[in-house]
Amino acid sequence: MRRIAVPFLAGLAKLLSGATLRWVDCEPEDCQRVYFANHTSHLDALVLWSSLPKNLRANTRPVAAQDYWMGGPVRRYMAKIFNVILIDRKKIKVHNSPIDMMVREMGNSQSLIVFPEGGRNPSGEMGEFKSGLYYLAKKRPDLELLPVYIDNLNRVMPKGEFLPVPLLSCITIGPPMWLETGENKTRFLSRARTAVLNLKESED
Amino acid sequence: MNHLLLILGESLLDDRNTILIVFITIVVLGILLFVGQILKRQPETNFDPAIIRTFNKRIIASLTMCVVLVVALLASKTLTVIIFGLVSFWALREFITMTPTRRGDHRTLFWVFFLFTPLQYVLVALIPDNYLTLVRMNAFSLFTLVIPVYGMLFIPARIAFTSDHKRFLERSAKIQFGLLICVYALSHAPALLYLDLKSFQAPTGAQPAGGFQDWTGSPAGLLFFLLVVVQVSDMLHFVWDRVAGQRVIAATVHPTKTWEGLIGAACSSALIGILIQLILPITPFTWHGAGFMALLISVMASSGGMTMSAIKRDRKVKDYGTLVQGHAGVLDRIDSICFAAPIFFHVTRIFLER
Repeated sequence: MRRIAVPFLAGLAKLLSGATLRWVDCEPEDCQRVYFANHTSHLDALVLWSSLPKNLRANTRPVAAQDYWMGGPVRRYMAKIFNVILIDRKKIKVHNSPIDMMVREMGNSQSLIVFPEGGRNPSGEMGEFKSGLYYLAKKRPDLELLPVYIDNLNRVMPKGEFLPVPLLSCITIGPPMWLETGENKTRFLSRARTAVLNLKESED
Repeated sequence: MNHLLLILGESLLDDRNTILIVFITIVVLGILLFVGQILKRQPETNFDPAIIRTFNKRIIASLTMCVVLVVALLASKTLTVIIFGLVSFWALREFITMTPTRRGDHRTLFWVFFLFTPLQYVLVALIPDNYLTLVRMNAFSLFTLVIPVYGMLFIPARIAFTSDHKRFLERSAKIQFGLLICVYALSHAPALLYLDLKSFQAPTGAQPAGGFQDWTGSPAGLLFFLLVVVQVSDMLHFVWDRVAGQRVIAATVHPTKTWEGLIGAACSSALIGILIQLILPITPFTWHGAGFMALLISVMASSGGMTMSAIKRDRKVKDYGTLVQGHAGVLDRIDSICFAAPIFFHVTRIFLER
């Protein structure tokens, strides 16, 4: 069932979002990576995952909010077949850190798709980054962090809508970055956020 | 051979002249493609490499369009309609992507994409070939009315039902315009296949007065006439602009299109229309009728190109193709057809409908 459902849903998502994927100063490689993207639509994770080359998909897992993806049988099913790592946003504590969970789940082979804003901004503007990305980079300094800018998907399916409008969208993946030695949290997060915003400008 | 005959028998390309025109078109495009490729490889030419690139891109686009259309026409009428429907859908996608809409337009857009666009093409395919006149009139009037009446009223009303009234008129107009040009106007091209026409016969010995007779040619010929003249007119406009262009029409809209180009393209297209009709008649027109229709098509095609460039200028995009990286600009290629098709369809129908 999963073998049919996943390619079908991935194809449908690509068809409806008309997504094109651009790699700017980087290549699709099969090493462990963290794709961090701006969050504008429920389709973000699905479309970004579907747009990746086939050989990368099997080892790439989206990280998403549990309260949303457990909110109904369809969403629960989708979360299951796409192998989503679910984060409980309400119970983030020191002893129950989502970062530990991510590191544990990804092991030595898998890549992640994360949305550091932590939620969608209804205006379509990019919000501030939550600190998760920083702690992830600190715990696993070997990971390549790739900024991703998702354009126009918020128009395909805005917050609060359940029917898509098939416009064309574009996903841009930029050059990898790492946590530099001695770089503090605020500096790193603003650098990461700028990296995503730069990709928006590189379009023009 | 039997298989080929079977396929040809059901197809629309059953007319010798039409097949010849299609064949000639493909051969000419093939030669132009060859020439373009040679020019590209030549290190020193008098031509601007950017022009050669544009030229090559256009030729490849025309050739692709031509081959797809031929395959569709060979298969069946319905498939041709479906292909045009998909082109419309994609063009509308490009148009709305380029046009800023607000959050409140989302549900309106949903209906535009998933109801009005497919419905229009279903109605085209429903214009029956040989039903009762009454039924046929109904299907026909639905095809001509659904978008301009129902669609045009639905769009502003649906937007009004959301609580967002900012730039209301502008938003309604954008969506209406997109639907009208990309879907409604273009759907008149495949609708040509469903027309039931008569043609004027010159006086002969048996019939000294001449008069109208049922046209027995292939409707695919009519569609091909439109598409060939539009493409040729686009190319000739470009050539005339380079060769004789003096007075620019509207520099802020399109810096290189000139009055000389427009008139030159219209006259030479008319000449080509006449030549097609005299040598390989594929339309029900008389030779001067074909010349007039080609002139009309050419003027409309130029108007379409200008209109679309005005929109692109306003939105500050150069090509719809570069709007979102990696997508081919379908709208760039069909803008002239969108403007020429409805006028060609209605003028043909007014004079020659049986």
